[in-house]
Amino acid sequence: MLTIENLHATADGKPILNGLDLQVNAGEVHAVMGPNGSGKSTLSYVIAGREGYEVTQGSIAYQGQDLLAMSVEERALSGVFLAFQYPVEIPGVGSATFFKTAVNAARKHRGEKEYDAMEFLKLIREKRAALGIDDGMMRRALNVGFSGGEKKRNEMLQMALLEPTLAILDETDSGLDIDALKVVASGINGMRAPERAMVVITHYQRLLDHVVPDKVHVLSSGRIVRSGGSELALELERSGYAGLGLESSAAA
Amino acid sequence: MASRRTIPFDYPASGAIAAALPGAGLPWLDALRAEGRRLSADGLPSTRLEAWKYTSLAPLAALEFAAPAADSVAEADLGPDAFDAVDGPSLVFVNGRLSASHSRFDALPQGLRIVALAEGLADDPAQVEALVGGTAPLNGDPMAAFNAAFAADGCIVETEPGAEVQEPVRLRFVAAPGGEPLAYHPRVIVRAGAGSRLALVECHEGPGGAPSWSNPLVDVRVGEGAVLSHVKLQIEGEGAYHTALTKAALAGGAHYESHLLALGAGLARHEIHVRFDGEDADCQLRGGYMARGSQHVDNTTVIDHAVPHCESREVYKGVLDDTARGVFQGRIVVRKDAQKTDGHQLNRTLLLSPKAEIDTKPELEIYADDVKCSHGATAGEPEADQLFYLRSRGLDHRTALALIVEGFMGELLGEIGHEPVRAALAVRVADWIGDAV
Repeated sequence: MLTIENLHATADGKPILNGLDLQVNAGEVHAVMGPNGSGKSTLSYVIAGREGYEVTQGSIAYQGQDLLAMSVEERALSGVFLAFQYPVEIPGVGSATFFKTAVNAARKHRGEKEYDAMEFLKLIREKRAALGIDDGMMRRALNVGFSGGEKKRNEMLQMALLEPTLAILDETDSGLDIDALKVVASGINGMRAPERAMVVITHYQRLLDHVVPDKVHVLSSGRIVRSGGSELALELERSGYAGLGLESSAAA
Repeated sequence: MASRRTIPFDYPASGAIAAALPGAGLPWLDALRAEGRRLSADGLPSTRLEAWKYTSLAPLAALEFAAPAADSVAEADLGPDAFDAVDGPSLVFVNGRLSASHSRFDALPQGLRIVALAEGLADDPAQVEALVGGTAPLNGDPMAAFNAAFAADGCIVETEPGAEVQEPVRLRFVAAPGGEPLAYHPRVIVRAGAGSRLALVECHEGPGGAPSWSNPLVDVRVGEGAVLSHVKLQIEGEGAYHTALTKAALAGGAHYESHLLALGAGLARHEIHVRFDGEDADCQLRGGYMARGSQHVDNTTVIDHAVPHCESREVYKGVLDDTARGVFQGRIVVRKDAQKTDGHQLNRTLLLSPKAEIDTKPELEIYADDVKCSHGATAGEPEADQLFYLRSRGLDHRTALALIVEGFMGELLGEIGHEPVRAALAVRVADWIGDAV
C-alpha cells in the first residue's frame, strides 16, 4: 500500500530524512520509533504534503500512485489521514460543521451521496460514543481551548469518521494520561482492518502495550536503522535508544 | 479662507437643501443649523487632521451634489430587506427622508415612542426641541456640523423608564440615486430611559454605481441601568460615501453594545464616540469589516472614561482583499478621576491579498493611576497551519479558506443575542465570502 524508497527530504532547507525506506502492506500496523530529532514528524508531514518540507530525492508510492505528485487534499480524499501531534485550533469554526464538510467532501469524491444533517448526526453520535466524546465538544470551535487529551481524541474521532485507507498517527500518545491513552489505543485497534494500514509514530513504547504492531522500525538521523517485530519495541524500552547506539540529535 | 486642515468643498445644493428643510423658523433649530453651516463652510476635514490621517475625503469634495428629490420611490424599487425575518417596528428612509408607505411604526409596545423628525417638527415642535435642542454635538466633529446644517429628517426613539422592548426597532436608510450625486444627513436620536431595554437595528443600503453621500448622526443616551443593543449593517453600493458618527453617552450602570458589520460603500467611515457619565457602566464595541476591490473602510472610536469604575471592551475584526484598505483608530481616554477603569481593545485583520492594507492606530491616553487598560492588533494572511490542517482532511483550498474566514468573522456575530438579527448578518458574511474566495 505504501512504498517509500530512498527518501531524502529537507525542512526549511535543512536535511532531515536521508534515504528512508519503508514498505507497509494493507492490514498491517507499523510502529516507527525514534529519538527526538530523528525525523519522525518530518516523515508524517512529507506523507501528508505539508508546505516547507521538500523531497530532494526518492519516491513515495501509495496504492501504486505517485503520492508526491498529489495535492494535500487529493491525498486526503484518496484515503491518507494524518493524526496531528499538535492539532490546530481554528477559532469560530464549529467542530461538527467542519466534520460534516470533511466527510461529505470524501463522499462526494467517491461518488457517494452526501449526508444530510440527520444522517450525519446519527453517524457522529455512534462514533462519538466509542471514543467517550460528549456532545458539548462538538459544539465548540475546532480544537479551541481543548485539553491535550481532548485534541487527541478529536483526531481519533476524525479518523473514525473519515475511515482512511492509510492512517499516519504522529505521536498521538504524547501528553496523554493513562485513561486517555487507553481510549486512543482502543480507537486505533477498532480501526484495524484487512484493507487498512496504519503507521504509528511514537517516541515511547507505552502506546504499544495497547496497540501491538506487526512491525517496528527504528528511525535515526533520517533513516530506518533497525526493523523487527513487536519485540523490538520491548527491547528499546529496556535498553533505551542509547542502548542501540542512538543518541537524540536534539540532545547531541 | 479655508485652512489646510480642511478640503474646500463646494456644496452647491446647500442653498436648495437648506431652503427645503423642515422646521424653518423655529429659533432653536435655526440657531443649530446656522452653527452647522458656519462650521461646515470651511469644507471637509483633510488628512492633515490627525483623526482623518488615513481617510481622504478629496474624492467626495470633487462631487457636485443635487438636493434629493422629495418624492420617495415605489416598493418595487427598494431592494430586498436584509432583516425581513426580524419583527418589530420599522422606519424606512429613502434618500434621507421618511417613506411613510414603507414604514410601520404604529401600534408600538408599551413604553416605546417613535417620532419621525420632519413630521414631529410639523406636529409638535416643542417635543422635538426637548430632545434635540439640548444636544450640542458640534464641538470638533466636522461631519456632525454638516449633519446639523442639513439634516432633513430622521427620528427619535425613546423608551420610558423600565420599559422592556422585545423586538428591535429597525431603521432602514436606502439610497436611490438618480442621475446626479445626492447627499443626505439623517439625524437619529435614541433615548433609553432608566432601567429600560431596547435594541436598534440600522441598515444602510443602496444600489451599486451611482454616487451618493450619506452622513448620519446617531445621538444615543443610555439611561441609568438601561441596556441598549445597537446593530448596524452597512451595504451601500460602491459609488457611495458613508460618513457616520454615533455618539453615545452612558449613565451609571448602563450597558451599551454596538455590533457593526461594514461591507458596502466605496468609502465608509464609522465613527463611534462613547462617553461614560456615570459609574459602573460598560460598553462593548464590536465591529466587522469586509472590503474588496478598491473599497476603503475606516473605523474610528473614542471611548471617554470620564468617571471611575467603568468597563469598555472593543473588538474590531475584518477581512481585506484586492487593494482594499482598512483603517482602525481606537482612542481610549481615561481621565484623572476615572480610577478602576477596565478597558481592552483588539483589532485583527485578515489580509487575503498582498496589496490589501490596514492602518491600525491605538491611542491610549491614561491620566488615572489605578486602571487596567490594554490593546492589541494583528494583521496578516490566513495561517498556513490552519489551511494545511483543513486541507489534510480533504477540503480544497477554497473551502478551507472560506471556513477560516467565516470562523474569524463568526466569532464577532456570535455575540449578538437576537437570533434573527445575527442570522441576517451571518448570511451577508457568507455571501461576501462566496464572492471572494
